[in-house]
Amino acid sequence: MPDLTRPGPENQRHRIRPLYSRPAKPLVFPILLLAPAVVLFAVFVIYPILKTIALSFYSWNGLSQPRFVGFANYRELAPDPVFLIALTNSLLWLAAYMAAPVLGLGLALLTSQQLAPMRLIRAMFFLPYVISQAVIALVFGWFLNSEFGLLNALLHAIGLPSIHPLESERFSILAAITAGLWLQAAYCMMLYVAGLSLLDRDLIAAARLDNIGALTLFRKVIAPQLRPATFIVLMVTVVGALRNFDLIAIMTLGGPYDSSTVLAYFAYEQAFSSSQRLGYAAAISTVLFAMVWGFVGPLLLYMLASEKT
Amino acid sequence: MNSNASDPAPRRIWQEVIRDFQSAHPGITVVLNTYDHESYKKALPGWLTGTAPDVVFWNAGQRMRQFVEPGLLRDVSAIFTPPIRALLNEGAIDLVTVGGHQFGVPFALYPISLYLRRDLLEKAGVKLPIKSWNDLLSACVALRHAGVTPVAIGTRDLWPAAAWFDQIDLRLNGPDFHADLMAGRVPYNDQRVRAVFGKWKELIDAGCFLNSHASLSWQEAQLVMNQGRAAMMLMGNFIVPNFPPELLDRIELAPFPLIDRDVIPAEEAPVNSLHIPSAAKNPEEAEIFLAYVLQQQVQERLARGLAMIPVNRDAGISDDRLLKAGIEQIAGVTRLSQYYDRDSEPALALVGMKAFQEFMMHPERLDTLLDRIEKSRQTVVR
Repeated sequence: MPDLTRPGPENQRHRIRPLYSRPAKPLVFPILLLAPAVVLFAVFVIYPILKTIALSFYSWNGLSQPRFVGFANYRELAPDPVFLIALTNSLLWLAAYMAAPVLGLGLALLTSQQLAPMRLIRAMFFLPYVISQAVIALVFGWFLNSEFGLLNALLHAIGLPSIHPLESERFSILAAITAGLWLQAAYCMMLYVAGLSLLDRDLIAAARLDNIGALTLFRKVIAPQLRPATFIVLMVTVVGALRNFDLIAIMTLGGPYDSSTVLAYFAYEQAFSSSQRLGYAAAISTVLFAMVWGFVGPLLLYMLASEKT
Repeated sequence: MNSNASDPAPRRIWQEVIRDFQSAHPGITVVLNTYDHESYKKALPGWLTGTAPDVVFWNAGQRMRQFVEPGLLRDVSAIFTPPIRALLNEGAIDLVTVGGHQFGVPFALYPISLYLRRDLLEKAGVKLPIKSWNDLLSACVALRHAGVTPVAIGTRDLWPAAAWFDQIDLRLNGPDFHADLMAGRVPYNDQRVRAVFGKWKELIDAGCFLNSHASLSWQEAQLVMNQGRAAMMLMGNFIVPNFPPELLDRIELAPFPLIDRDVIPAEEAPVNSLHIPSAAKNPEEAEIFLAYVLQQQVQERLARGLAMIPVNRDAGISDDRLLKAGIEQIAGVTRLSQYYDRDSEPALALVGMKAFQEFMMHPERLDTLLDRIEKSRQTVVR
């Protein structure tokens, strides 16, 4: 009898029938169906990416002719102190966002109990995600406002001194990250709720009969079954961490004086505000692109590899 | 005619002016194209070098000069006949002049002034008017004692801090030095620039500024003033409509205090102007329109509709008490400067304004900040 406490390839094979074992259909139909999406993707995603990488080797102010400058933009970028701050903040954001899957899983487990109000609570936790990031940034900004914000009003009411994260060169980035984390944890929670609903009840019941502890139950029975969900959660979290432009653009404007800028906002400022240095901005974007691939790439490869088994 | 007067009231006013112009000059038709501020800024260079309209809206000073140098604007000195020149504010004429020739027609300007809450100042025992630097310093000290923030300022969008830099520089080093500095001809670690920051530091040390300025927009800072928690604000007259009506008769307007009586008086007053591209198809008709805009009745209507100050000195001053005070502020002044981000090279202005914000929060970092702006100046001014 297969060892049910150790999920492995033998157990999976009983459940998932790989696609390639089905009889082969004519290839024309899949190609036709995919073609519009692929074409659109190529035109609106692939082409701009390639063009931006190419642009990073030019100097262009959007008006006159672009001038080829080779690696000059990158050479200027490396010692630029604002780039260093942007890079550090982006990495900090990534690191802090790793708390989102943990929080999300915790919330999912918490609200998966069969108690009456849990569905309502789950809906409430999911609420931030249906509101656009820009609105969340706006509301958090108002909440934390030094003069008129609700947070300081509450602190005053209970006799505590006020805090001013958005003016602090050290904490404004943390304030923005907190707003984003709240959002991301909600998204992770929903992904895990979906993952939890796919758990094999028989497996868990059997494990409970064997009288194993809660922690072991989680580690050996539940977590491995959540692996596909976890991959998606991690990928989404990494991409979400680097799509932090909305939050910075609205909450802090990269301020005070660039201390909370991130790569995405730095690129935008260089391209579209008074600077108008599109080649430089393209170089920053390329660095950001490389960074995303540096994190998402291994995850994707791992997921593809484990899907083959 | 391409315009960036996209807000509802200015747009309507210009349509009225054009309608009257067309009835006064039946042979000429004017087509007005209006764009929003940001798109206009980006599209303008393209128009001047490509298919040009006959008339464009723009700002005087350095922003105009950057197009005069490559020969993109038409010389319209013919409009400025001696009788016309006598009517107009000298500073405004100066700002559209390059090498003795005029390349545009100023039509209105708004001064940057110190707006004061007279009631709060009186309650703190400050004697009005505030005329000298020491008056301002002692006002700050007295207001802090009374538990009121002396100056409301919101530097979240960076440019309000530049007003203080500009004004102190104008009062300390004079308009000629300021013009040189804005044009990038003076290094930022020059002694005279340091002196400006030194004066600024006196205000910071006296606790003049709102502590939370880095996270506030200027509108929020004005709210603090409306709520009676701050007493002064250095801004353009576009903040006047944001004062609640019951507060208006407690508001006073003052020019920035004098530091050195020997320095040539100058004021910071962004000037809006009309220009004719060199590539325009109908330059003669365009010149007629530009001359029309300088006439007294047209100036009066523009001033009233735009809530700005007319450049024609004969134009009837509106009944608005504060607008009148603004007019008086620039009446005798022969030299006008624009605003830091209008006068300076844009990339340099951005670095400069961020440095101003950082200086206001950390004055001890002055050396690092000046080096940073200087480095930017050197890459920009080739």
